[in-house]
Amino acid sequence: MNKAAIPLVIFLVMAGMFLFVLQKINKGEYDPKDIPTELIGQKVPDFNLENLLDENDRVIAADYLGKPWLLNVWGTWCAECWREHGYLVQLKNQGIPILGINWRDDKAEAMVFLKEQGNPFIEVGFDPKSDAVIDLGVYGAPETFLVDANGLIIAKHKGAMHPKVWQEKFQPAFN
Amino acid sequence: MKRSVIYSFLLVFILSSLPVQARVSAYEFDTPEQEAAYKEMVSELRCLVCQNQNIADSNAELAQDLKRKTYEMVMQGKDKNEIADFMVQRYGDFVLYRPPLSNTTLLLWSGPFIIFVIGIIVLIRVIKSKQRDHSNQLTAEEKAKAEDMLK
Repeated sequence: MNKAAIPLVIFLVMAGMFLFVLQKINKGEYDPKDIPTELIGQKVPDFNLENLLDENDRVIAADYLGKPWLLNVWGTWCAECWREHGYLVQLKNQGIPILGINWRDDKAEAMVFLKEQGNPFIEVGFDPKSDAVIDLGVYGAPETFLVDANGLIIAKHKGAMHPKVWQEKFQPAFN
Repeated sequence: MKRSVIYSFLLVFILSSLPVQARVSAYEFDTPEQEAAYKEMVSELRCLVCQNQNIADSNAELAQDLKRKTYEMVMQGKDKNEIADFMVQRYGDFVLYRPPLSNTTLLLWSGPFIIFVIGIIVLIRVIKSKQRDHSNQLTAEEKAKAEDMLK
């Protein structure tokens, strides 16, 4: 082979690799910022948070043992949370129990948001200092966990919840 | 005279920039060891939000909360390994700027050495081929001929 062609071949191979990864990112199959989760198969952290809607009440993970439930981390500052909210309300109307964790948010704004957009949550824990969020290994919102009847995290989705992900990863646990 | 004016200007300039340089730490420690442990940990933990910064340099809100957690653990007397374990349990090895050697990080750790060895091999080959070029230097006879022609 002609020696002068080597840089061209290297360039083409690299360009091909970049194109391949770029397409995966565009299709949403790969996120370079994604961090592999450590919590699948582990017990859900036993957080104990103030109830967003009732400051005299606590939201406690242990109260939810015995049936599968969803845990959704959200905030009114997060655009994707607005996008998924309607779908969460739909899920609630199908009878899916969802516990919300309101992360680093303005309390009053969060309450207005739930009033205006509908409240899909059984309870909402108020987490202004990331206490529960750090224990859950969360670094961006929204994020949704599936916890089984034994209190083990069996699935997780980062980003807005949508029907495809719901049917593939979450729904089987509720059948 | 002129020089002393310049010097005094410089002095004023340097002194006035000092307060800017001193980084204000939000936390207070009981011992210098605690402060050193805190500083070491926050510079070795990676920010999950802006992923090419450590949490010491990051102003992301999550990074601020992780710094607070680190501070709290230091004040509870936890050592550096315990703090690192706490973070790894939640965010995985990704959170460490120096992840432990394992199957997934093998290439990361060995990569620089592999590239170094490849570089050395390439360098040796280049030098050798250069030497070969020198070996077809002119013989004494050819040299004499050339000099003759150049006259």
